[in-house]
Amino acid sequence: MAEESAGQHNNEIVRLEDAHKTYQMGTQEVRALAGVTLSFKKGSFWAIMGPSGSGKSTMMNILGCLDRLTSGRYYLEGQDVSSLDDDSLSEFRLKYLGFVFQSFNLIPQLTVQRNIELPLYYLGWDATRSAQRAEELAHEVGLGDRVRHRPTELSGGEMQRVAVARALANDPQIIFADEPTGNLDSATGEQILELLEKLNHQGKTIIIVTHEPLIAKHARSMLHMIDGVIDRIEENSDEAD
Amino acid sequence: MRQTKILRNILLGIENLLLHKMRSFLTMLGVVFGVGSVVAMLSVGEGASKEALEQIRKLGSNNIIISSVKSAEEEATSTQHSHMSMYGLTYKDHIRIAESFGNVKQTAPVKLVRKDTRLGERAMELRVVGTTPQWFKLVPRDVLAGRVLIPPDEEKRSPVAVLTEFGARKLLATEHTIGQTVRIGGDHFEVVGIVKSESGQAGNIQIPDEEIDVYVPMTVARQYFGDVFSKETSGTRTMEFVELHQIIVQADGGEHVEAIAAGIEEMLGRFHKKVDYVVSVPLALLKQAEATKRTFNIVLGSIAGISLLVGGIGIMNIMLASVTERTREIGIRRAIGAKRRQIIYQFLIETTVLSTTGGIIGLGVGALIPFLITYFSGMTTVITLEGILVPLLISMTIGILFGLYPAVHAAKVEPIVALRHE
Repeated sequence: MAEESAGQHNNEIVRLEDAHKTYQMGTQEVRALAGVTLSFKKGSFWAIMGPSGSGKSTMMNILGCLDRLTSGRYYLEGQDVSSLDDDSLSEFRLKYLGFVFQSFNLIPQLTVQRNIELPLYYLGWDATRSAQRAEELAHEVGLGDRVRHRPTELSGGEMQRVAVARALANDPQIIFADEPTGNLDSATGEQILELLEKLNHQGKTIIIVTHEPLIAKHARSMLHMIDGVIDRIEENSDEAD
Repeated sequence: MRQTKILRNILLGIENLLLHKMRSFLTMLGVVFGVGSVVAMLSVGEGASKEALEQIRKLGSNNIIISSVKSAEEEATSTQHSHMSMYGLTYKDHIRIAESFGNVKQTAPVKLVRKDTRLGERAMELRVVGTTPQWFKLVPRDVLAGRVLIPPDEEKRSPVAVLTEFGARKLLATEHTIGQTVRIGGDHFEVVGIVKSESGQAGNIQIPDEEIDVYVPMTVARQYFGDVFSKETSGTRTMEFVELHQIIVQADGGEHVEAIAAGIEEMLGRFHKKVDYVVSVPLALLKQAEATKRTFNIVLGSIAGISLLVGGIGIMNIMLASVTERTREIGIRRAIGAKRRQIIYQFLIETTVLSTTGGIIGLGVGALIPFLITYFSGMTTVITLEGILVPLLISMTIGILFGLYPAVHAAKVEPIVALRHE
C-alpha cells in the first residue's frame, strides 16, 4: 500500500523515507521511529493507531513539523523539510498545518475570538480582517454566540470546537488531531469527529492519532504502529469513496 | 501599517498585563521609585546649581574682587589707643593692577563712606561709593531711570549721584527725582540716575553692590570726602586712613582669572607690609560649586541607580516566574507557528510596557518630590527636559535589558515539551 501511493507524487502531500527518530532517555536510547516509509495522499483521512510507546505520538510530532528526524527524509507538499531550521519549520506549521489536541490547548486568558485569531496574528493579518475571519469560523463550528467568552466558561465539546476553528484559521492543508475525543464524552466526541469528517469532505487532509478503534473507524485509512515501525495498513471499506 | 502593528503588539501586551493587575503593579513599583528618585535628584541638583550660578553671575564670573581689611594686629592696637589706623588698598595699587596685567580688561576702584544725606525733607545716613564709570560694566545692573556715571563726570569732577534701589528706597526717590539736588555730607549733588540693586552672597563673597546706596564719581569722592574717616564706636573715637575699600578687576576670559588673581596676590604681598586685603575669585567659587554638585550627583545617582537595578531585577524575577507559568501558552503559540523571535518580542514588549509605565508613574512621583521640597524648604528645584527624558529612557532600557533573559528563556521552550507541561 505504502509503495503504491509512493508512486503517485503529484497527488501526494506527505512522504516519509526510512524515517528514524531516537531519543536519549538518561543512559538509554529509545528508538521511537525505527525506519518508517509511508506516503499520504492529498485529501485523505488517516488514523494512526497503536498502543502507548508504539511511536504514534512521535509520528505526529514529526509529520506536524514539531520535531525533527534523527535520520531519513520527510517531504511535505513535495518539499524536503527534514533539514529545515526552527524558523522554517515554524513557517511551515503556520502556513500549511493545523492542530487539535486532546487537552484542547486553548490560551485560558484569551477570549474565544482571540484564540481563533492566534494563527492570523502570526500570519500578519490586520485586526479587522482577523476578527471577521474568527467570527466566520466560530459560526462554522457552531459557536457564533460564544466569541466573547473565555475558554473556562465553555464545555469540553465547545472548547474542542474552538480548537478546530483555530486549526482552520490559516486554511491549512493538513489537520492533525491528537486523541481529539480523549477528554470528551462519547456523544460530544462523535460531534467533533463528524466535524472532522465534514472538513475532509471539503478537501482537507486529516490525520488522527488515537488508540481507540471506534474513533479510527471514522477515518478512511488506518495505520497501525508497533515498536516504532508500521505494523499494517487497513482501509475502512464502508467509508471508502 | 508597520506602526499600527507595533501599536497592536503593545496593546496586546497591555491586555496581558491587565490580566494580573496586582502583580503588574507590584512589579512596576521598583521602577517607579527608581525613576522617581532619579527625577527628584536631577531637579534638586539642577536647582542648587542654578541658584549658585545665579549668585556667581551677580558677582561677575570673570571678576576678581579685592577688598581692604584691617589686619589682625591693627585691630588689636586700635582699640587700646586713640590712634589713627592706616590700612588697605591704595590708589597706587589700583594703577599697578590696571597697568601690570595683559589680560585685565577693566578695573574699578571703590571708595566707601557713610554720609548723612538729605533729599528734600528726607534725611538718612547713606553708604556712598566713589567709583569710576567702569564699575557699571563690571557689575552690570538694569538702569531704572536716568543714567549711570559716564567718563565726563569723572574728568570734569561733576557733582552727580546715581542712586541704587536701596538708596532710592531710603530717600523715597522716584524717577521724578532725576535732576533734583541731593545733599551728601555738606555738598550738593545732582541725581542723574537710579539703578537696580542685587543682594545676597555666593559662598563667602558678598555681592558687590549689596551695601551701596549711592554712587558718585571717584574724583569727586576723593576731593570732597578725603581719605580719613572717623568712626565712633561705644564712646571711643577712632580714625582710619583708607584710600580704597575695594578694587574690582575683570579678566578678558575665564581662563585668565586664576592666573591674574595669583599675580595680584603676589604683587600686593610685595608692596604691603601687612596682609590688609583679601582677594576673592567668584570663578573659583563656581568651580567649587560645580565640584560639589558633581559629588552630590554621583552619590544620589548611585542610590537612584541601585534602586533602578533592584527594580529591574524585580521585573526579571516576576517575568521568569511568568514564563514558567505560561510555558503551555508558549508551547501553543509555537505549535501554531510562532517563531522564537516572535515569542521573545512578545515578552520584551510586556517588560518594556511594564517598565515604561513604571517610568511614567515614577516621573509623576519624581516631580512631586521637588515640588514638596520647594514648598516646605524654599529650595530652588528645576525639572529640565533632560531630567524627564533621561529617566524615561533608562526605564525603557531596563525593561529591555532585564526582560531579555526571561524572553530568551521563554523562546527556548520546545513546543512538544511545553504542550505536555501542566
